[in-house]
Amino acid sequence: MKHSFSKSLLAISLLVAGFVWLQGCKPKGTQSAVSGDAAAKAYVAPGKYDEFYNFVSGGFSGQMSVYGLPSGRLFRVIPVFSVDPEKGWGYSEETKPMLNTSHGFVPWDDLHHIALSVTKSEHDGRWAFGNANNTPRIARIDLKTFRTAEIIEIPNSAGNHSSPFITENSEYVVAGTRFSVPIGDKLDVPINTYKENFKGTVSFIGVDKTSGEMNIAFQILTPGINFDLARAGKGKSAGWFFFSCYNSEKANTLLEVNASQKDKDFIMAVNWKKAEEYAKAGKGVKKQVRYAHNKYDEKTHSATSTIVNEVLVLDPKDCPDMVYFMPCPKSPHGCDTDPTGEYIVGSGKLAAVIPVFSFTKIQDAIAKKNYDGEYDGIPVLKYEAVLHGEVSKPGLGPLHTEFDANGNAYTSFFVSSEIVKWSIKDLKVLDRVPTYYSIGHLCVPGGPTSKPHGKYVIAYNKITKDRYLPTGPELTQSAQLYDISGDKMKLILDFPTIGEPHYAEAIPASLIMPKSQKIYKLEENKNPYAALGDNNAKVERKGNEVHVYMTSIRSHFTPDNIEGVKLGDVVYFHVTNLEQDWDVPHGFAVKGANNAELLIMPGETQTLAWKPEKAGVYPMYCTDFCSALHQEMQGYIRVSPAGSNVPLTFSTGTNVPAATTPAAAEKPATK
Amino acid sequence: MNNKLSVTSRILVAFASGALIAAFFLPVWRIDLFAPQYPEGLMMNIWINGLSGDVEIINGLNHYIGMKHISVDMFPEFKFLPYVVGFFMLLGMLVAVTGNRKFLLFYLILTAIGGALAMYDFYQWGYDYGHNLDPSAAIQVPGLSYQPPLFGHKRLLNFDAYSFPDVGGWVVIGAAALAFGVWFAEWYRQRKKITK
Repeated sequence: MKHSFSKSLLAISLLVAGFVWLQGCKPKGTQSAVSGDAAAKAYVAPGKYDEFYNFVSGGFSGQMSVYGLPSGRLFRVIPVFSVDPEKGWGYSEETKPMLNTSHGFVPWDDLHHIALSVTKSEHDGRWAFGNANNTPRIARIDLKTFRTAEIIEIPNSAGNHSSPFITENSEYVVAGTRFSVPIGDKLDVPINTYKENFKGTVSFIGVDKTSGEMNIAFQILTPGINFDLARAGKGKSAGWFFFSCYNSEKANTLLEVNASQKDKDFIMAVNWKKAEEYAKAGKGVKKQVRYAHNKYDEKTHSATSTIVNEVLVLDPKDCPDMVYFMPCPKSPHGCDTDPTGEYIVGSGKLAAVIPVFSFTKIQDAIAKKNYDGEYDGIPVLKYEAVLHGEVSKPGLGPLHTEFDANGNAYTSFFVSSEIVKWSIKDLKVLDRVPTYYSIGHLCVPGGPTSKPHGKYVIAYNKITKDRYLPTGPELTQSAQLYDISGDKMKLILDFPTIGEPHYAEAIPASLIMPKSQKIYKLEENKNPYAALGDNNAKVERKGNEVHVYMTSIRSHFTPDNIEGVKLGDVVYFHVTNLEQDWDVPHGFAVKGANNAELLIMPGETQTLAWKPEKAGVYPMYCTDFCSALHQEMQGYIRVSPAGSNVPLTFSTGTNVPAATTPAAAEKPATK
Repeated sequence: MNNKLSVTSRILVAFASGALIAAFFLPVWRIDLFAPQYPEGLMMNIWINGLSGDVEIINGLNHYIGMKHISVDMFPEFKFLPYVVGFFMLLGMLVAVTGNRKFLLFYLILTAIGGALAMYDFYQWGYDYGHNLDPSAAIQVPGLSYQPPLFGHKRLLNFDAYSFPDVGGWVVIGAAALAFGVWFAEWYRQRKKITK
């Protein structure tokens, strides 16, 4: 009896021990991923500045966000493709034309990638470009003002994903279409005639050296494949552009399966210098299209939208030696050129290796016509002939690669959720760190340039799960910062982002901070509706339009009492912020405004259109806490019935009851 | 008794009065204001013929406490100050040319009076601005005036105000000190001669 008792005790202890041991086998918590000095490395003391600006795509928010590194602090969300009622972007009369397209006003989009302007393949801190993935467009953001200065629509494109990558001296940003579509006169075709009727394009958008203004220089017509990402060459390969492509199967349905059949898809190599020559030599055909070109004028504080009807298209059939295909395993996503320009790294989303191509070998193969047949009449280079080598067993689902200045590459792996560091020269894996979770793009400061700044790699993740306090089913988006200054990559910070972050670039603060504009100068304000001084404030009627030339200065509007508006009128509040002091914006809001409010920077003029629906007295006020008497910065506008004979009057400080100051009542300020 | 200045003294007096030309090209006085919201500071430079710096921003803030709007045309001084400085330059040159010791003494006394008058005038304006406030001002603190300091530091509500000579002012002060120094050196030299 005693014997059997001790036996069962032993059995239970073994069971418990076994259970504990099995528990130990489960993956460790993520807490262990952070080492002791991580906090100090990401800490930027209050009042101190970050070392880098991080320009991060806002994905389906349609905007571009700006963070500091290494702190991960969010500084600004720049409204680009989506309306932003808080700032009046897309609502004010001045900014509405910015979101005009050939499809009319499009109030949203999906911004995936960032390209910062470069000179000699190095960051110059002038402009940031962003793509609209849905209604194909490219935006240029001026880094003096951190505002969207220009948006150009891309014709003959459907899903501008392979964009806006940039050439070594910002000569061109590119726009490769994600979807191939019917192009030309016959647009209404059965979808299953994809193989005959669908075509792709890549567009080269010229960027003016001084003004930055964009124009579509030429488009290259391509077989009906899908373009994913792209990268320009650098140094010796600077005259070339590389585009990753998938769906060489030309499937038009269930691409998940049907576009994953072939062992290899392509990286398309374009000799853009040659394409430029062909365009100049008149080899292109001018096609009738419709696209919008929107520009924001810094002096008039207003945008204009122009519809353009023509684009120059180059067909590789008529332009030999311009386009080549290089086989690349399994639906490549990233195709990234290293800082020297010699190596091009392809990242097949479903591939088990990372192929690295050599620019020298590509040139060699082209010279020797070392082809592996043709694809729709375009020569396909032999895989082995252009390959520098493959990184074997790097991880699962390679997506995108960036570089440091020491010959190392950092590749993100979506499926195995990690960053892998490897050496370009001998293709050996050096280190790997997990990401939380499922990284998409990554970013090394200066990583796509010829002079990477290194120091950090940032992971932009697709899944956040348990990393932060939960906020219901919809969680924050997230990024993670890793220190790469040593041999081993070290996680030092998680930071939430707006959604969803795709590609991002980081640039030293010193290249941007000194140029950052503080105010708009009143003497340079050429807005036709600006009131430059309280004395110039006025109200004018033009038919059923009432134009209020309003000024705002701490802490009053002029005028702040307006009467004589009638139902059926549209009131245009043209508000000029008279402040010339740093960080003193004024807001403007009127009750029942069914579009938005305004946020007006010092020296700026913005216009809100308002159509009252009922007679009465409506309050208006400043929405940006501007001063100690911000709460007093308010006024009234009276709306009378359509047939009423209330005269149009306006004033500030004088509209008082007749009994107390009979003389001053209703300052006679009518037109 | 020799009534003539030494050659060195005359050169130095000429140099000092010549240096006054700086007052035409550099601001003579500056007022700096710092507040929690203005860590970078606001500055007003006073020239012999005008004002520069963040005058409009300062005016914008002053209206809360009912201070008058500061503008150049309110100060008649800006019209005649350039002539006054020109006169002092001319007079100094005359002292150097004539080398007359008594003339130098007269010049120095005039400089002292001029300097005192200038400071008194500056004080008067400061007093006027600090005390004659709009009775309907938004912020009214009973018994508090906002007179800026004549020289040095003063706390005005949330602002720390500093009032000091600017570059041009320091040149003028240096020139005056040099002229006084010359006179003392001459006086010392003369006394020695007499005691001999």
